Amino acid sequence: MYESPIRRPLITGETSYAKITEDIAQTVEGKPTKWWYLGFTVSAAALGLWFLTVGYLLFTGVGVWGLNKTVDWGWDITNFVWWVGIGHAGTLISAILLLFRQKWRTAVNRSAEAMTIFAVICAGSYPLLHAGRPWVIYWVFPLPNTYGSLWANFNSPLLWDVFAISTYLTVSIVFWYVGLIPDLATIRDRASGLRRKIYSFFSFGWNGSAKAWQRFESVSLILAGLATPLVLSVHSIVSMDFATSVVPGWHTTIFPPYFVAGAVFSGFAMVLTLIIIMRKAMRLEQYITINHIDVMNKIILVTGSIVGSAYITEFFIAWYSAVPYERYAFINRAFGPYWWAYWAMMTCNVITPQLFWSQKLRRNITAVFIISIFVNIGMWFERFVIIVTSLHRDYLPSSWVMYSPSWVEIGMFIGSQGLFFTLFFLFAKFAPVIAMAEVKSVAKSSASQYIKKTAEKEGVDLKELNPQVVVPQLMDQYE
Amino acid sequence: MSKHYIIGVFGDEEPLLEAVKEVRASGTRIHEVYTPFPVHGLDDLLGYKRSRLPKAAFLFGCLGFILSITMQAWMLGIDWPMNIGGKPPLAWPDFVPVSFELTVLITALGMVGTYLVVCDFIPGNEAKIPDLRVTSHKFCIAIEREGTNAAAVTALLNRLGAEEVHEKELEL
Repeated sequence: MYESPIRRPLITGETSYAKITEDIAQTVEGKPTKWWYLGFTVSAAALGLWFLTVGYLLFTGVGVWGLNKTVDWGWDITNFVWWVGIGHAGTLISAILLLFRQKWRTAVNRSAEAMTIFAVICAGSYPLLHAGRPWVIYWVFPLPNTYGSLWANFNSPLLWDVFAISTYLTVSIVFWYVGLIPDLATIRDRASGLRRKIYSFFSFGWNGSAKAWQRFESVSLILAGLATPLVLSVHSIVSMDFATSVVPGWHTTIFPPYFVAGAVFSGFAMVLTLIIIMRKAMRLEQYITINHIDVMNKIILVTGSIVGSAYITEFFIAWYSAVPYERYAFINRAFGPYWWAYWAMMTCNVITPQLFWSQKLRRNITAVFIISIFVNIGMWFERFVIIVTSLHRDYLPSSWVMYSPSWVEIGMFIGSQGLFFTLFFLFAKFAPVIAMAEVKSVAKSSASQYIKKTAEKEGVDLKELNPQVVVPQLMDQYE
Repeated sequence: MSKHYIIGVFGDEEPLLEAVKEVRASGTRIHEVYTPFPVHGLDDLLGYKRSRLPKAAFLFGCLGFILSITMQAWMLGIDWPMNIGGKPPLAWPDFVPVSFELTVLITALGMVGTYLVVCDFIPGNEAKIPDLRVTSHKFCIAIEREGTNAAAVTALLNRLGAEEVHEKELEL
């Protein structure tokens, strides 16, 4: 396989197929580090808080939230949209980047997809609980019933959302698992005893035959083709929950693309937050290199700029529409009682990603980690601003109120982080966090060791062309 | 049912591809080749036809689309039409999102289900595998012993760069 020596390497240092298996399988086979135990304990404690607050909510009713008659969507829907947004990066990486043949995808797709699934599970819990009686949630599905059959209302974007989120969750799990089967088989064939039995069950009898791989590739390609419009549809439909209403500040046609860009933006920020910790804690720096982080930062820069221009466009259109309510909604956002939320959003989402124009910052792990956290915070505030500031001052000034969350809402938010991170820690322990087979399939063309060979054959001076390949220390000089 | 196989083990994909070409040219039938990752061009060298899974996916997609559109039209337009502000009950643009989602859902589930069934990948199945290292870093060619000149095939595999050549009785 030929790869231009000018390309930056995706695997640094010495490598071989056996070494790739060894390095990645050790995360499953070895004893977890003490950082894993620490992280898992903290997450599990937060998950405990989730069970506590959700239990209290179920026994008492949604009145324990700080919602009122005017602001009837608060932290619950904010968190729902925030989590769904985070769940967009995984499928983008595995589907859209597969169609674009981006090789760097192979090192991060597995963990990003896992993150997607867990984020969508967290997201789904909010409308489920907001509906008040989760035990009759099957009423949202068009099932025959004794009321005549009175069917679900397919004209409602809220129902579209039910179908979008559940389809997205199902297809993401299927896509993720199809890719996981060959890697579970790798663990199976290295193990003995109980571990072998367990991984044998979950790897479905995978044998790596040429015919199986041929079908695997064909299935992956079609799933990617299906998941690409799917991922774009999900957040578009979420945005229609708002856009089809007549609330000033929500009723805008810009919402679907603006929400999708925001979702990719926040999703990549969360992926970065996670993998920066993961590559260190699990000693995977050789596979998730600074080059991977660099390209992801470029995507954050692009989507962050789209989001920034959407904010400005929104404001301009509110003025240009000459609708007094629309104008008021936006002026109230920026200068009303929730001004601090608006400016937190503007700072975190519009200004911070612009720092990524600098290559030095894109390749500085500490800076990237801090910026990624800022983006996560900013995107949470975006949803809070859109939901709460648009609702709290409606058409009738006598019903204007302020909203603040109760301890149950705060506990559930912290708890949902617990749910997310507990699931992620379990995944990181029991499944290969990097798609071994896929990394092997790009190793020959993208490992620095093989790039060096190509350059030698062609008589290219790598020192000038691509110093990172020759001097691996250069990779870390900004770390 | 287990049979005798000659297993040639290779350490890299380039000699493997070369060997597959040569073995087939010598008139020996290859039972199957096992690799740790998808090796491009291998299915062509083995003379495998293109997978029909894309066609299955297309059919599942058609099924999903027809089911979802008729479900919505029947429920809202025929079985229980509602007057919502005098608007037509069969508001087909409203059916687009759910039809799209269900089409994708049924296509994905149908295609992946078909894939697992035709490959015989069912939870709990024992793997029919010639060598435990093929899921990690080795590449194997399996040739049925019956009807071949075992000594000649072994010599050929060795000449083509096989690291090891075994004869095993197993189920593949």
